[in-house]
Amino acid sequence: MEVVRKRIRSDATSLAVRGFGYVFIGLFAICCLVPFLLVLGTSFTSEGSITKHGFNIWPREFSTFAYKIVFENPGLIVGSYMVTILITVVGTAAGLFLVAMTGYALQRPDFAQRNGISFFIYFTTLFSGGIVPFYLLINQYLKLHDSYLAVLLPGLMSPFLIIMMKSFTKSIPHAITESAKIDGAGDFTIFLRLILPMTTPALATIGLFIALGYWNEWYNAMLFLSPDMKYRPLQLFLYNVITSADFIRNSSAASNVPLRDMPLESMKMATAVVATGPVILFYPFVQRYFIQGITVGAVKG
Amino acid sequence: MLMCVPAILFFAVFAYLPMPGLYLAFIKYNYTDGIFKSPFIGFDNFRFLVMTGDLWRLTFNTIAYNVAFIVLGNFLQIFVAIMLNELRKKWFKKLSQTIMFLPFFISFVIIGLIAYNILSFDYGLLNSILKSLGADPVKTYSNPHVWPLIIIITFLWQSTGYGSIVYFAAIMGLDSEVVEASEIDGANALQRILYIVLPWLKPTFIILLLFSLGGVLRGNFGLFYNLVGANNTSLYATTDIIETYVFRSLMNNFNFSMGSAVSLYQSVFGFIVVITANWLVKKTSPDNSLF
Repeated sequence: MEVVRKRIRSDATSLAVRGFGYVFIGLFAICCLVPFLLVLGTSFTSEGSITKHGFNIWPREFSTFAYKIVFENPGLIVGSYMVTILITVVGTAAGLFLVAMTGYALQRPDFAQRNGISFFIYFTTLFSGGIVPFYLLINQYLKLHDSYLAVLLPGLMSPFLIIMMKSFTKSIPHAITESAKIDGAGDFTIFLRLILPMTTPALATIGLFIALGYWNEWYNAMLFLSPDMKYRPLQLFLYNVITSADFIRNSSAASNVPLRDMPLESMKMATAVVATGPVILFYPFVQRYFIQGITVGAVKG
Repeated sequence: MLMCVPAILFFAVFAYLPMPGLYLAFIKYNYTDGIFKSPFIGFDNFRFLVMTGDLWRLTFNTIAYNVAFIVLGNFLQIFVAIMLNELRKKWFKKLSQTIMFLPFFISFVIIGLIAYNILSFDYGLLNSILKSLGADPVKTYSNPHVWPLIIIITFLWQSTGYGSIVYFAAIMGLDSEVVEASEIDGANALQRILYIVLPWLKPTFIILLLFSLGGVLRGNFGLFYNLVGANNTSLYATTDIIETYVFRSLMNNFNFSMGSAVSLYQSVFGFIVVITANWLVKKTSPDNSLF
């Protein structure tokens, strides 16, 4: 069998297809990587070289000046990190718990209102009030402006994740729930003690989705957190460094470097590297779970 | 059951409570009078949007970008998944998948910075390359014609690695006996792809298509806002989508009524699109419809 397979697989067309595959995938992967190297390279380039030669992947004149200035006044960056980590940890834990609980409850065959409630949740993906009423709700009625809750609360659940959890817990036989019931366990105990441990792969994937959402969150932060707030979530902090000259002016004053000598461009890149670096180092370890989870979801349909 | 109460409360507050707020679309909102005392003006906001031509531009841009995203995105994702499946070297497959997935992992703020890195008139990589080739540098940030291309490429760059995983997983579910049988019958890789793998991917494609059609009037705000910026007037003709318009009416002009009018139009129109698409799919292949 092996011999036959080998012979058949290596006909000319198949070899050509495979060869093309290597070249295409290889090139595409390089295209995905290069922009990151560009940011990294620029952050280590001296400002003079940037104004003369432009951005480059490989620094023509190596310099760590931008990093020196970024780290000279680390308070803001560390504060932003803390805010983002806090929101991500709390939001992911709470959101994951709520999504898992809802998803489990909504597929229980003995839960009569499950279809009604499922539709209640699903309908929000079809029709929405838009951001203007949402903005007024958060700002004027819930009074959450300038509160980290305005960033934390809206990201807790999404219909997509609930549906994902629902279809995953469907594969757990209902008989398990029933037999636990006969043994005298309450619904909540069954969920905590039996269902949660059995759904670890789904929990990992959904948790990662929620965490990624919080880590990269800047939209609600931009809408609801005013500029006088000292510590803002990391992405919003980065956004301000990139777009506003104020930040550069402040750090110029703080580090006693005259404004005209400030490495404007390389500082933007250095801040981006500092803000993203740890996540990218972490990324290869969690990416596996993402792929697993998406795969499970796709196969189940 | 008690377990659903938090979810019901959550969606009631964050999704249903804003819906009556769409009433804003029919009034001339001013801050001092609030929602209920501001004068009711009926469809005047909509009339204004049609007369200025804004509504047409927003609809066209939003739909055109989404159609391009859906068509090109799915095409590239399927293509990458099939090519990945042809590769034999395991380390190469793993490594390239990891790298292609990376852009999905970062925030739009970083994506905006990367675009600036490449496209900036004075220092951008693109102009460095053009200059070294002896060509004239391009003023990207004031030339509206290049933006559809830039936005579509950025979208493909960010989403292909992630999206191809779904198709790759679907290919993995293909019965290996069918593939082996075809090989023994003498099918080469090209024939196998055309006659076995592609038809096999059709249901997955239809489901994903339906999901994305539902959002055909919903823009990718983060992408547009961070690439273009909200206030780059010279690029509106080709880059202004519904979300950026609504955002501006909220944050810059404080024209809450106009923003709500566009949102309402978006929701109603989008709703009709989903229902129609689902109805069409149900008629042709009932198993693949969403509801």
